[in-house]
Amino acid sequence: MANWEVVIGLEIHAQLATKSKIFSGSPTVYGALPNTQADLVDLAYPGVLPVLNGEALRMAVKFGLAIGAKIAHRSIFARKNYFYPDLPKGYQISQYEHPVVGKGAITVLYDDGAVKTVGVTRAHLEEDAGKSLHEGLANASGIDLNRAGTPLLEIVSEPDMRSAKEAVAYMRKIHTLVRYLEICDGNMQEGSFRCDANVSVRPRGAAKFGTRAEIKNLNSFRFVEKAIQYEVARQIELIEGGGKVVQETRLYDSDKNETRSMRSKEEANDYRYFPDPDLLPVEIDDAFIDAVRGSLPELPDEKAARFAGEFGLSAYDAGVLSASREMGAYFEAVVDALGTAGRSAPQAKLAANWVMGELSSALNRDNVEIAGSRVSPEALAGLLTRIVDATISGKIAKEVFESMWSDGKSADALIEEKGLKQITDSSAIEGVIDSVIAANPKQLAEYLSGKDELFRFFVGQVMKATAGKANPAQLNELLKKKLTGGPK
Amino acid sequence: MLHTLSIGELADRLADREISSVELARHFLARIERLNPSLNAVITVTADEALSSAAAADARLGAGERGRLLGIPLIHKDIFCTDGVRTSCGSRMLDNFVAPYDATVVTRLKAAGAVMLGKSNMDEFAMGSSNETSYYGPVRNPWDTTKVPGGSSGGSAAASAARLAAYSTGTDTGGSIRQPAALTGLTGVKPTYGRVSRYGMIAFASSLDQAGVLSRSAADAAEVLKVMAGFDPKDSTSVDAPVPDYPALLDAPLKGLKIGLLREFFDGLESRNATLIQDALKLFTSLGAETVEVSLPHLPLSVPTYYVVAPAECSSNLSRFDGVRYGYRCAAPSDLTDLYERSRGEGFGAEVKRRIMTGTYVLSAGYFDAYYLKAQKVRRLITDDFRAAFEKVDLVAGPTTPTPAFAVGAKIDDPVTMYLNDIYTIGANLAGLPGLSTPCGYVDGLPMGLQLVGPHFSEAKLLSAAHHYQRATEWHLHTPDGYQ
Repeated sequence: MANWEVVIGLEIHAQLATKSKIFSGSPTVYGALPNTQADLVDLAYPGVLPVLNGEALRMAVKFGLAIGAKIAHRSIFARKNYFYPDLPKGYQISQYEHPVVGKGAITVLYDDGAVKTVGVTRAHLEEDAGKSLHEGLANASGIDLNRAGTPLLEIVSEPDMRSAKEAVAYMRKIHTLVRYLEICDGNMQEGSFRCDANVSVRPRGAAKFGTRAEIKNLNSFRFVEKAIQYEVARQIELIEGGGKVVQETRLYDSDKNETRSMRSKEEANDYRYFPDPDLLPVEIDDAFIDAVRGSLPELPDEKAARFAGEFGLSAYDAGVLSASREMGAYFEAVVDALGTAGRSAPQAKLAANWVMGELSSALNRDNVEIAGSRVSPEALAGLLTRIVDATISGKIAKEVFESMWSDGKSADALIEEKGLKQITDSSAIEGVIDSVIAANPKQLAEYLSGKDELFRFFVGQVMKATAGKANPAQLNELLKKKLTGGPK
Repeated sequence: MLHTLSIGELADRLADREISSVELARHFLARIERLNPSLNAVITVTADEALSSAAAADARLGAGERGRLLGIPLIHKDIFCTDGVRTSCGSRMLDNFVAPYDATVVTRLKAAGAVMLGKSNMDEFAMGSSNETSYYGPVRNPWDTTKVPGGSSGGSAAASAARLAAYSTGTDTGGSIRQPAALTGLTGVKPTYGRVSRYGMIAFASSLDQAGVLSRSAADAAEVLKVMAGFDPKDSTSVDAPVPDYPALLDAPLKGLKIGLLREFFDGLESRNATLIQDALKLFTSLGAETVEVSLPHLPLSVPTYYVVAPAECSSNLSRFDGVRYGYRCAAPSDLTDLYERSRGEGFGAEVKRRIMTGTYVLSAGYFDAYYLKAQKVRRLITDDFRAAFEKVDLVAGPTTPTPAFAVGAKIDDPVTMYLNDIYTIGANLAGLPGLSTPCGYVDGLPMGLQLVGPHFSEAKLLSAAHHYQRATEWHLHTPDGYQ
């Protein structure tokens, strides 16, 4: 393994979030009864013609601008010819030699903190095919053309990735970006975001790429990682055993966690691409491009840089909080609700920790999107305010948060109701300390003889006696004073 | 006799309530019943629909509405989808296909009150120059029923020539309106590519196909084209440009019109044909036009260029006919491949298969550059030749066909000879230009056509030139024996 370098390129298919299909007026809503969202154009009736959905074009340009790519002023739709029952026209309309989005690049932050730029070769518009259904049909196949004609943006990367993890990190970044741009819902279960992975290996230091295999239709980040890992191991084992990798298309079987050959290069179709005479070349001018540029939201990298600069967050925290537009917005809403103090580094950091910590785990646990969080940013800010003003401790706050999550009540109401208000009255705390010391003479003697770690025992006893409500800072200070008759 | 009247004359009589649309429809339906069996021009007669739309037209007329096509009968080429009516495209593949919608051409004519009597025979998927490739059998030329009427709009041509309707629609991919119009003594107009919507017109070669009209005169064609033409948001290749009032522009002065004689068209032209064309041009000169010789050096390459481009597009356009969703499906397919192979093998005729195979070949890896790409380059050169010529002249003129109508069966086994029939008409399709054929005399007692081709969107000029010529001649008024 150490002697081999892995080379990966991805072709990501992002379903564009248009209301209607790319060349017809049919709706694109997922999950409708078979063939209820296919009109005469989608069914390829004799005589019908495609008309380009301008919104799909706008979305493609939006993506291109977001990755700093060159936008083609003139792009051309071509026909990719092959027979298949779920391809009603007998050809797919796609962009071949002249895609709308040219060369661009995207910065990927890996888990280990490394930053790498991955090249995007091109991105082009095309239509999706329908689906063949075999289940429950004896000696027959069903065809559902609801998906036929759904707009796709195919994003082709350079072979810039060197491990399955890098491939996944790149794919996640594109996933984040298309959702930021609101051009794709990113729903991988429904197939709105999927990819093909081109995988090869070569001896470390070799100049030439090895022969690649293309793994088709990977529809989860986990499958991308596993399929690539399997494929890399397969290729290395094959070559080391004296074999040769053949150029072919492979399918990943997630049940068996293996890739299987689908068809070899020799069996590959000759798609007979040629410009679609039913569609004129797509001409776009600078005014169009500028208008799209003007509609771009703050992009993930820009947002992360701003979070780091404005709130003093670490690059990692800023990256996590800007990973989705919704999370960034939630975080900012919490900070805003904290008032002017919220923009200070310590409070912003507190907000960041809570959003990435308690809130995120609650969302994950209950499988809720952040936009539908049961604790609103304002409510969370209400809770954080009580930590900041020392009404409750951070530990109590976690309990309050759980109650807020389940009851929907405000932090203040819960603190009041459950009597969780922190004890900050020195004399009250001193009273409890005195009785704890009195009740544990043995531990006191040991402590005084130098067993410092017993300090934590006394803290625990006081907290137990106050049901955790004693202000921790005050408790520390007072306890030290009491145990030693004054600060040490 | 009602069937000898022009569209204008019929419109006047309907407006004056001298006749009703229903009477007119009945008159033509009776002619179809009597005369069509020997011609095989009409393959679907929609008598009930015709009478009810004629009655609706009468109601509109009764309410005071007027329109030059309102209540006047026509026949549509069976390439146009007609809602609820079989649309076969002359193929076994679509023998059972009832279109669920109207082509834009059909919609526009319907809205104008045109009365459809039926659908006309045609070469299968418009691939042919003699109307012999139809699944429904050959069409006969009313001037001589041993002869072909030309193709692919042969049924429409024979129907209009035999006066089975006031006019008919057609489509022209390489000459399919102009050539049959010439061979049956009609005026045939192929508009500029993009002038008339292709939506609902079953595609043969999308970059060349254009809908038009076959009628008795340029004046009639002007009325029909005015309704057919115009931008259609459903056809991305249709052009959003205003439609001129063609009938109103017919009388525009001819004086000073510069007509280019295409040198390449006269090279090797049979002498009797050449004489007819020269006579026609002399007449134009006497009417005030000037003639000058022009050359389109790449025009001789138009037939081979066409027979790469058109089959390439057709091979892809016809992929949708796979036996899965509509149309012909073979009996008891054993698997998917069998379904495809037999449905297409049994559903398509020989000429269609020949072109699908040619087209698949020229698009395939390793041949694409040598054929398809080369053909596109030559196409560009031909277009540039025309553009250069139109810097010197307003229109170019020449013969529509090399010979008059030939015998049924004479060329059907020799595709290359058959393809050469369109040698004079294909150039306009490759360049997207409007072309018109007008009757200009006879060779061996069979009608011949003079072809005019103009710059993009010069239909008004073409129609006006033909109209001036037709006012000075009577060829277009002749009706074949037995059909007067």
